[in-house]
Amino acid sequence: MNPIQPHPLPSQVVKDDEPVLVAAAKAGDVSAFETLVGRYERKIFRLTQNITQNREDAEDAMQEAFLKAYEHLGEFQGNSRFYTWLVRIAVNQALMKLRRRRPNQVSLDEEVDTGQETMPREVEDWGPSPEERYGQTELSRILSGVIAELEPPFRIVFQLRDIEELSTEETAEALGLSIPAVKSRLLRARLKLRQKLNRYFRGSENS
Amino acid sequence: MNCKNIIKELSNYLDEGLDSSLKASIEKHLEHCEDCRIVVDTTRQTIQIFCNSEPAPLPDDTRIRLRDALKNRLRRTPA
Repeated sequence: MNPIQPHPLPSQVVKDDEPVLVAAAKAGDVSAFETLVGRYERKIFRLTQNITQNREDAEDAMQEAFLKAYEHLGEFQGNSRFYTWLVRIAVNQALMKLRRRRPNQVSLDEEVDTGQETMPREVEDWGPSPEERYGQTELSRILSGVIAELEPPFRIVFQLRDIEELSTEETAEALGLSIPAVKSRLLRARLKLRQKLNRYFRGSENS
Repeated sequence: MNCKNIIKELSNYLDEGLDSSLKASIEKHLEHCEDCRIVVDTTRQTIQIFCNSEPAPLPDDTRIRLRDALKNRLRRTPA
Protein backbone atom coordinates (compact mmCIF):
# COMPACT_ATOMS: atom_id res chain seq x y z
CA MET A 1 0.00 0.00 0.00
CA ASN A 2 1.25 3.44 -0.79
CA PRO A 3 2.09 5.75 2.07
CA ILE A 4 -0.79 8.06 2.88
CA GLN A 5 -0.47 11.57 1.61
CA PRO A 6 -1.56 14.30 4.03
CA HIS A 7 -4.69 15.98 2.79
CA PRO A 8 -3.97 19.13 0.83
CA LEU A 9 -4.61 22.56 2.22
CA PRO A 10 -8.26 23.60 1.94
CA SER A 11 -9.40 24.69 -1.46
CA GLN A 12 -9.77 28.37 -2.14
CA VAL A 13 -13.34 29.31 -1.26
CA VAL A 14 -13.00 32.94 -2.10
CA LYS A 15 -12.96 34.14 -5.64
CA ASP A 16 -10.47 36.76 -6.79
CA ASP A 17 -13.04 39.45 -7.47
CA GLU A 18 -14.28 39.51 -3.88
CA PRO A 19 -12.27 42.61 -2.82
CA VAL A 20 -13.57 44.48 -5.88
CA LEU A 21 -17.18 43.59 -5.06
CA VAL A 22 -16.70 44.53 -1.41
CA ALA A 23 -15.17 47.89 -2.36
CA ALA A 24 -18.06 48.58 -4.75
CA ALA A 25 -20.63 47.60 -2.11
CA LYS A 26 -18.93 49.91 0.41
CA ALA A 27 -19.15 52.71 -2.13
CA GLY A 28 -22.93 52.18 -2.32
CA ASP A 29 -23.25 49.75 -5.21
CA VAL A 30 -26.26 47.70 -4.07
CA SER A 31 -25.97 45.18 -6.89
CA ALA A 32 -22.38 44.38 -5.84
CA PHE A 33 -23.64 43.47 -2.39
CA GLU A 34 -26.42 41.40 -3.91
CA THR A 35 -23.81 39.52 -5.92
CA LEU A 36 -21.95 38.71 -2.71
CA VAL A 37 -25.19 37.52 -1.11
CA GLY A 38 -25.96 35.30 -4.09
CA ARG A 39 -22.47 33.87 -3.92
CA TYR A 40 -22.55 32.94 -0.25
CA GLU A 41 -26.22 32.44 0.67
CA ARG A 42 -26.13 28.67 0.28
CA LYS A 43 -23.03 28.29 2.39
CA ILE A 44 -24.27 30.66 5.06
CA PHE A 45 -27.63 28.89 5.21
CA ARG A 46 -25.92 25.51 5.61
CA LEU A 47 -23.77 27.03 8.36
CA THR A 48 -26.72 28.45 10.30
CA GLN A 49 -28.68 25.22 9.80
CA ASN A 50 -25.84 23.07 11.08
CA ILE A 51 -25.43 25.28 14.15
CA THR A 52 -29.08 25.85 15.05
CA GLN A 53 -30.49 22.51 13.84
CA ASN A 54 -33.74 24.39 13.29
CA ARG A 55 -34.97 25.57 9.92
CA GLU A 56 -36.75 28.71 11.09
CA ASP A 57 -33.85 29.83 13.28
CA ALA A 58 -31.40 29.10 10.48
CA GLU A 59 -33.34 31.26 8.06
CA ASP A 60 -33.62 34.13 10.53
CA ALA A 61 -29.94 33.91 11.45
CA MET A 62 -28.94 33.97 7.78
CA GLN A 63 -31.11 37.00 7.02
CA GLU A 64 -29.85 38.86 10.06
CA ALA A 65 -26.26 38.01 9.16
CA PHE A 66 -26.56 39.52 5.67
CA LEU A 67 -28.40 42.58 6.96
CA LYS A 68 -25.83 43.13 9.70
CA ALA A 69 -23.00 42.67 7.24
CA TYR A 70 -24.54 45.34 5.03
CA GLU A 71 -25.09 47.72 7.91
CA HIS A 72 -21.55 47.30 9.22
CA LEU A 73 -19.82 47.12 5.87
CA GLY A 74 -18.16 50.45 6.57
CA GLU A 75 -16.41 48.87 9.55
CA PHE A 76 -14.97 46.02 7.51
CA GLN A 77 -11.32 46.92 7.19
CA GLY A 78 -10.21 44.23 4.81
CA ASN A 79 -7.73 42.76 7.32
CA SER A 80 -9.45 39.43 6.89
CA ARG A 81 -11.35 37.96 3.99
CA PHE A 82 -14.88 39.30 3.62
CA TYR A 83 -16.17 35.72 3.65
CA THR A 84 -14.47 35.03 7.01
CA TRP A 85 -15.95 38.23 8.41
CA LEU A 86 -19.40 37.21 7.14
CA VAL A 87 -19.04 33.73 8.65
CA ARG A 88 -18.23 35.26 12.03
CA ILE A 89 -21.35 37.40 11.91
CA ALA A 90 -23.47 34.41 10.88
CA VAL A 91 -21.98 32.23 13.65
CA ASN A 92 -22.89 34.88 16.23
CA GLN A 93 -26.45 35.15 14.97
CA ALA A 94 -26.85 31.37 14.86
CA LEU A 95 -25.39 30.90 18.34
CA MET A 96 -27.80 33.46 19.75
CA LYS A 97 -30.70 31.47 18.33
CA LEU A 98 -29.30 28.19 19.62
CA ARG A 99 -28.71 29.57 23.11
CA ARG A 100 -32.20 31.00 23.23
CA ARG A 101 -33.67 27.59 22.52
CA ARG A 102 -31.25 25.55 24.59
CA PRO A 103 -29.90 27.93 27.24
CA ASN A 104 -28.40 25.22 29.43
CA GLN A 105 -26.74 23.23 26.72
CA VAL A 106 -24.62 25.66 24.82
CA SER A 107 -21.55 27.05 26.43
CA LEU A 108 -18.74 26.93 23.95
CA ASP A 109 -16.00 28.19 26.16
CA GLU A 110 -16.45 25.93 29.17
CA GLU A 111 -14.31 22.86 29.53
CA VAL A 112 -15.73 19.96 27.59
CA ASP A 113 -14.63 16.41 27.99
CA THR A 114 -12.59 15.84 24.90
CA GLY A 115 -11.74 12.43 26.27
CA GLN A 116 -8.55 10.52 26.28
CA GLU A 117 -8.13 9.79 22.62
CA THR A 118 -7.60 6.12 22.10
CA MET A 119 -7.34 3.97 19.04
CA PRO A 120 -10.78 3.81 17.40
CA ARG A 121 -12.41 0.41 17.61
CA GLU A 122 -13.93 0.28 14.14
CA VAL A 123 -11.07 0.14 11.71
CA GLU A 124 -12.01 -0.76 8.18
CA ASP A 125 -11.02 0.58 4.81
CA TRP A 126 -13.65 2.56 2.95
CA GLY A 127 -12.99 1.41 -0.56
CA PRO A 128 -11.88 3.66 -3.41
CA SER A 129 -14.57 6.38 -3.72
CA PRO A 130 -17.02 6.45 -0.85
CA GLU A 131 -18.58 9.67 -2.12
CA GLU A 132 -19.58 8.03 -5.38
CA ARG A 133 -21.57 5.36 -3.62
CA TYR A 134 -24.39 7.78 -2.89
CA GLY A 135 -26.18 10.37 -5.01
CA GLN A 136 -25.68 14.05 -4.18
CA THR A 137 -28.98 14.34 -2.31
CA GLU A 138 -28.45 11.16 -0.35
CA LEU A 139 -24.88 12.17 0.53
CA SER A 140 -26.07 15.59 1.75
CA ARG A 141 -28.65 13.87 3.91
CA ILE A 142 -26.03 11.55 5.39
CA LEU A 143 -23.63 14.41 6.13
CA SER A 144 -26.31 16.61 7.75
CA GLY A 145 -27.46 13.62 9.78
CA VAL A 146 -24.09 12.68 11.20
CA ILE A 147 -23.07 16.25 11.97
CA ALA A 148 -26.39 16.83 13.77
CA GLU A 149 -25.48 13.99 16.13
CA LEU A 150 -22.42 15.85 17.45
CA GLU A 151 -22.71 18.00 20.56
CA PRO A 152 -22.59 21.75 19.75
CA PRO A 153 -18.99 22.43 20.89
CA PHE A 154 -17.67 19.79 18.50
CA ARG A 155 -20.15 20.44 15.72
CA ILE A 156 -19.45 24.14 15.53
CA VAL A 157 -15.66 23.86 15.59
CA PHE A 158 -15.76 21.21 12.85
CA GLN A 159 -18.16 23.36 10.84
CA LEU A 160 -15.84 26.35 10.89
CA ARG A 161 -12.55 24.50 10.39
CA ASP A 162 -13.39 21.76 7.94
CA ILE A 163 -16.51 22.96 6.15
CA GLU A 164 -16.06 26.73 6.06
CA GLU A 165 -12.29 26.29 5.89
CA LEU A 166 -11.41 28.88 8.49
CA SER A 167 -7.94 28.59 10.01
CA THR A 168 -7.47 27.40 13.59
CA GLU A 169 -6.74 31.01 14.60
CA GLU A 170 -9.82 32.38 12.83
CA THR A 171 -12.00 29.69 14.43
CA ALA A 172 -10.58 30.44 17.87
CA GLU A 173 -11.24 34.13 17.42
CA ALA A 174 -14.76 33.64 16.05
CA LEU A 175 -15.77 31.41 18.97
CA GLY A 176 -13.78 33.05 21.76
CA LEU A 177 -11.84 29.84 22.35
CA SER A 178 -8.15 29.19 22.89
CA ILE A 179 -6.20 27.54 20.10
CA PRO A 180 -5.61 24.32 22.12
CA ALA A 181 -9.37 24.18 22.81
CA VAL A 182 -10.13 24.47 19.08
CA LYS A 183 -7.60 21.77 18.29
CA SER A 184 -8.85 19.29 20.89
CA ARG A 185 -12.49 19.80 19.87
CA LEU A 186 -11.59 19.46 16.22
CA LEU A 187 -9.72 16.20 16.73
CA ARG A 188 -12.60 14.77 18.71
CA ALA A 189 -15.13 15.92 16.11
CA ARG A 190 -13.14 14.43 13.24
CA LEU A 191 -12.80 11.08 15.00
CA LYS A 192 -16.48 10.98 15.91
CA LEU A 193 -17.55 11.83 12.38
CA ARG A 194 -15.16 9.28 10.93
CA GLN A 195 -16.76 6.64 13.10
CA LYS A 196 -20.28 7.71 12.17
CA LEU A 197 -19.48 7.75 8.45
CA ASN A 198 -17.93 4.33 8.78
CA ARG A 199 -21.49 2.95 8.88
CA TYR A 200 -22.05 4.20 5.35
CA PHE A 201 -18.67 3.96 3.70
CA ARG A 202 -16.95 0.87 4.97
CA GLY A 203 -15.59 -1.35 2.25
CA SER A 204 -17.39 -4.50 3.34
CA GLU A 205 -20.74 -3.05 2.28
CA ASN A 206 -19.35 -2.64 -1.18
CA SER A 207 -18.11 -6.16 -1.59
CA MET B 1 5.92 6.50 18.08
CA ASN B 2 2.97 4.28 19.01
CA CYS B 3 -0.68 4.09 17.94
CA LYS B 4 -1.84 6.37 20.75
CA ASN B 5 0.61 9.08 19.69
CA ILE B 6 -0.62 8.78 16.12
CA ILE B 7 -4.17 9.55 17.27
CA LYS B 8 -2.91 12.45 19.37
CA GLU B 9 -1.07 13.98 16.41
CA LEU B 10 -3.68 13.01 13.81
CA SER B 11 -5.11 16.49 13.22
CA ASN B 12 -1.70 18.15 13.11
CA TYR B 13 -0.50 15.51 10.67
CA LEU B 14 -3.52 15.90 8.39
CA ASP B 15 -3.30 19.70 8.56
CA GLU B 16 0.40 19.55 7.76
CA GLY B 17 1.23 21.31 11.00
CA LEU B 18 4.14 19.12 12.07
CA ASP B 19 7.86 19.53 11.86
CA SER B 20 9.58 17.20 9.45
CA SER B 21 11.10 14.85 12.03
CA LEU B 22 7.77 14.18 13.76
CA LYS B 23 6.11 13.78 10.39
CA ALA B 24 8.78 11.29 9.34
CA SER B 25 8.36 9.22 12.49
CA ILE B 26 4.58 9.13 11.97
CA GLU B 27 5.04 7.97 8.41
CA LYS B 28 7.49 5.32 9.53
CA HIS B 29 4.87 3.99 11.95
CA LEU B 30 2.19 4.07 9.24
CA GLU B 31 4.34 1.95 6.96
CA HIS B 32 3.99 -1.03 9.25
CA CYS B 33 0.72 -0.35 11.14
CA GLU B 34 -2.29 -1.01 8.98
CA ASP B 35 -4.86 0.01 11.59
CA CYS B 36 -3.31 3.44 12.01
CA ARG B 37 -3.01 3.81 8.26
CA ILE B 38 -6.72 3.13 7.88
CA VAL B 39 -7.65 5.54 10.66
CA VAL B 40 -5.49 8.27 9.14
CA ASP B 41 -6.84 7.61 5.66
CA THR B 42 -10.53 7.43 6.61
CA THR B 43 -10.22 10.55 8.79
CA ARG B 44 -8.64 12.37 5.86
CA GLN B 45 -11.53 11.19 3.68
CA THR B 46 -14.03 12.35 6.30
CA ILE B 47 -12.61 15.86 6.13
CA GLN B 48 -12.53 15.84 2.34
CA ILE B 49 -16.09 14.58 1.98
CA PHE B 50 -17.39 17.43 4.13
CA CYS B 51 -15.04 19.97 2.60
CA ASN B 52 -16.06 18.99 -0.95
CA SER B 53 -19.76 18.80 -0.25
CA GLU B 54 -21.83 21.36 -2.08
CA PRO B 55 -24.41 23.20 -0.02
CA ALA B 56 -27.97 22.57 -1.20
CA PRO B 57 -29.75 25.41 -3.02
CA LEU B 58 -31.87 27.62 -0.79
CA PRO B 59 -35.50 26.51 -0.60
CA ASP B 60 -37.59 28.81 -2.82
CA ASP B 61 -39.56 30.36 0.02
CA THR B 62 -36.38 30.99 2.01
CA ARG B 63 -34.75 32.68 -0.97
CA ILE B 64 -37.80 34.88 -1.56
CA ARG B 65 -37.88 36.00 2.06
CA LEU B 66 -34.14 36.75 2.00
CA ARG B 67 -34.51 38.77 -1.21
CA ASP B 68 -37.45 40.72 0.26
CA ALA B 69 -35.59 41.46 3.49
CA LEU B 70 -32.56 42.67 1.58
CA LYS B 71 -34.60 44.70 -0.87
CA ASN B 72 -36.32 46.50 1.99
CA ARG B 73 -33.00 47.28 3.65
CA LEU B 74 -30.72 47.90 0.68
CA ARG B 75 -32.99 50.18 -1.27
CA ARG B 76 -33.78 52.23 1.80
CA THR B 77 -30.49 53.86 2.71
CA PRO B 78 -26.88 53.43 1.72
CA ALA B 79 -24.64 51.31 4.00
